[in-house]
Amino acid sequence: MAVLFIVLTIVMLACAFMAFRAKQLIVSALWLAGCSAILSLIMYLLGAFAVAVIELSVGAGLVTVLFVFAISIAGDETIEIKSIIPRPIALIIALVSIVLLGFMTISSLVSLPVTTETASFSDMLWQQRGLDMLVQSGLLFAAVLGMLGLLGEAKVPVKEKKTVSAKEPQATQSAVKPVAATPEVKA
Amino acid sequence: MTPLQIALIGVLGLIGIGLYGLLITRNLIKVVVALQVLVKGALLALVAAGTASGKINLGQSLAVMVIVVDTVVAVIGLALALQVKRRMGTLDVKELSTLQK
Repeated sequence: MAVLFIVLTIVMLACAFMAFRAKQLIVSALWLAGCSAILSLIMYLLGAFAVAVIELSVGAGLVTVLFVFAISIAGDETIEIKSIIPRPIALIIALVSIVLLGFMTISSLVSLPVTTETASFSDMLWQQRGLDMLVQSGLLFAAVLGMLGLLGEAKVPVKEKKTVSAKEPQATQSAVKPVAATPEVKA
Repeated sequence: MTPLQIALIGVLGLIGIGLYGLLITRNLIKVVVALQVLVKGALLALVAAGTASGKINLGQSLAVMVIVVDTVVAVIGLALALQVKRRMGTLDVKELSTLQK
């Protein structure tokens, strides 16, 4: 069992590393989907069955579809230039964060009291953590409204047309005249 | 090594890789990818802590909330990236900074 966990963890970390090392954005999204799928398998083996299923469907399914949709609209732009923060400094910051986090986690796990749980998952989710579910539904509603506001683009070209026609009516008329005159010359 | 210790190594690795990617990436969509990797580390940490303390259902209910919030963050981040691409014509974070000009 430990060998399986080690192999899964190594593959998951490799997928996560390749997710931002890949040059093409679509390949990056696919590596992220693989990382989510292996993470859900690890969580299933740890005993968190419900979260594993949700992570597999949402993390590896829905989020990947969203990424592919966004990349297909925005285009696969590869930016091969130097990062803003130098890579050695970024590596040092990441390593220091890992060491501090690991120290805190290990020291708290040693003194963690092990208790038995009486409530089932549905009781815990809908009754004891009911406020969380309320916040989640409000958050989803706000996210849908935010998406509609962000993706709305119809008003921007209308404003540009209005300003052009109000400020420079003569310029547009003079620009139209030569176009209309060219067929007469040809005839 | 127990599965819990291996999961803890996975947590630290995911958070480290996500943080490093967040620091060095200049593409806006890849910033969202790095953020997703970072949050996956937090997700695994919640499940591992629930398993370690014997409160797996509490860990699962908290992890569900993290998944929902993570998805909302991804949706809003990608929508913002699309709008930036439409208006500015690029996804490069450095070119978006108007303070340099």
